[in-house]
Amino acid sequence: MNFDEIEKQILCEVADLSEPPDGAYNFRVNGKSVGRKSTDNINVIPKTDKSGLDIKIEAGKKNETVHIPVVISTSGLKEVVYNDFYIGDGAEVLIIAGCGIYNCGGFNSVHDGVHRFFVGKNARIKYVEKHYGFGPGKGGRILNPTTEVYLSEGSEAFLEMEQIKGVDSTIRTTKAVLQDNAKIFIKERLMTHGRQTAKSDYEIELAGKDSVADITSRSVAQDRSMQTFSSKIIGANKCRGHSECDAIIMDSAQVYAIPSLDARNVDAELIHEAAIGKIAGEQLLKLMSLGLGRSDAESRIINGFLK
Amino acid sequence: MLELRNVSFSVDEAGGRKDVLKNISICFEPGKITAITGLNGSGKSTLAQIVMGIKKPTKGRVFWQNKDITDKTVTDRAKLKIAFSFQQPVKIKGISVFELIDIAKGGGADPQDIANCLKAVGLSPDKYLAREIDAGLSGGELKRIELASVLARDAEVAIFDEPEAGIDLWSFNNLTTVFKKIRAEGKERTLIIISHQEKILKIADNIVILEAGKIKAYGKSDDVLRSVLRRLK
Repeated sequence: MNFDEIEKQILCEVADLSEPPDGAYNFRVNGKSVGRKSTDNINVIPKTDKSGLDIKIEAGKKNETVHIPVVISTSGLKEVVYNDFYIGDGAEVLIIAGCGIYNCGGFNSVHDGVHRFFVGKNARIKYVEKHYGFGPGKGGRILNPTTEVYLSEGSEAFLEMEQIKGVDSTIRTTKAVLQDNAKIFIKERLMTHGRQTAKSDYEIELAGKDSVADITSRSVAQDRSMQTFSSKIIGANKCRGHSECDAIIMDSAQVYAIPSLDARNVDAELIHEAAIGKIAGEQLLKLMSLGLGRSDAESRIINGFLK
Repeated sequence: MLELRNVSFSVDEAGGRKDVLKNISICFEPGKITAITGLNGSGKSTLAQIVMGIKKPTKGRVFWQNKDITDKTVTDRAKLKIAFSFQQPVKIKGISVFELIDIAKGGGADPQDIANCLKAVGLSPDKYLAREIDAGLSGGELKRIELASVLARDAEVAIFDEPEAGIDLWSFNNLTTVFKKIRAEGKERTLIIISHQEKILKIADNIVILEAGKIKAYGKSDDVLRSVLRRLK
């Protein structure tokens, strides 16, 4: 696989890759797969009816990894990609996705990624997704990820979803359905600036007994950007659900949080916390009193908050 | 030498202007501990904040080593090796105890030095260095971390605004030992401690008593305490 400097930069930002990784992978560049590898335990199969992949992880296999980074460096490219992951019972896998758009032209570049995870009994997945955009063009850098997770009995999912910077518009849709004793932990980090817009929409259904969901979203809205965080946790059984949305608002930005809890069982314990505020003056003063200038102190607070 | 010359501070309040500090002049001797005490609302914390640059005096000037620093920012003063311990410790999500103390030390500090700062305030480095400075820590823990961050500055002037607030007796006793140790090092550091605690007044070399924004008494510790006792008799 040969990548130009821009593609290398994107791969480094979204997947921390400078060369093909160990384990299974698929590199998608400007709408085409430019490198793909299956392993003994992971089968990466292109879909025949639409753009995307079926990725099958064998039951009981542990310490497996899959990288599926996406790079767009052609202005005006629009694509919808469907990736389905079938994780066998008892398997453990790390999935690193991520998409970066470089736009140097006047047309919008759009990547809509639809990822569905069918997690077998007692299986465990960690899914890491980073989004990033840059480039001098006036065309938009638009990323709309949809993530659906179906967790069988006793399975666990850890989702880390991060929008680093430079994405002009995003609608992030995440849905999960959990069976008995299944657990999902979601960590979202989001930064918007300029006139960017970001919408995060979560719907988690705790269908199974003793299922657990924990959503933590931290975001920073700068300049005139707009963010909407909407979460709905449905407690349909004896279960525990917690969602926390913290946002730092700066300049002339707007942040809108819409928490929603839907308890359908007397033993459902559901909690939502939301806090939106500017960087506290005392926090700045504290770091300045330790020798940092105002803008350095602000950066440290924002970077720490989004860690 | 740190010096306040004719410092006043006023604020606008409902019903008119309130004088918080009135014409305060103090020389803080290097190598000495100066305790500032007085009733609540007497202006102690405001005075400390003026020294750090958090508040600017309405009148009067602040001098450090014969240079007027009245218009210097908090960062400028930190760079001049003036440090400040806040009465109410601040929580900062996403910054660990290790990072905070590393910032205090100027970055890239030896992890062992960072650990020693925590030990000095009675906290176990193993247990605390990786923790975030957020609501997961108790008020007492936050206060000790706040004190550790100031000790880490290795400052020439260190101001402690009610260090006793929120910490247990054992830790407070430990802290007074640290104050005495800093003075005994003989590095001519200026320690200013805002406190109501008798233990602090006892270790202080000089005492300033504020009342309603004015200096009620100021001088060598023994002299000030004797004059207070005389007045009480």
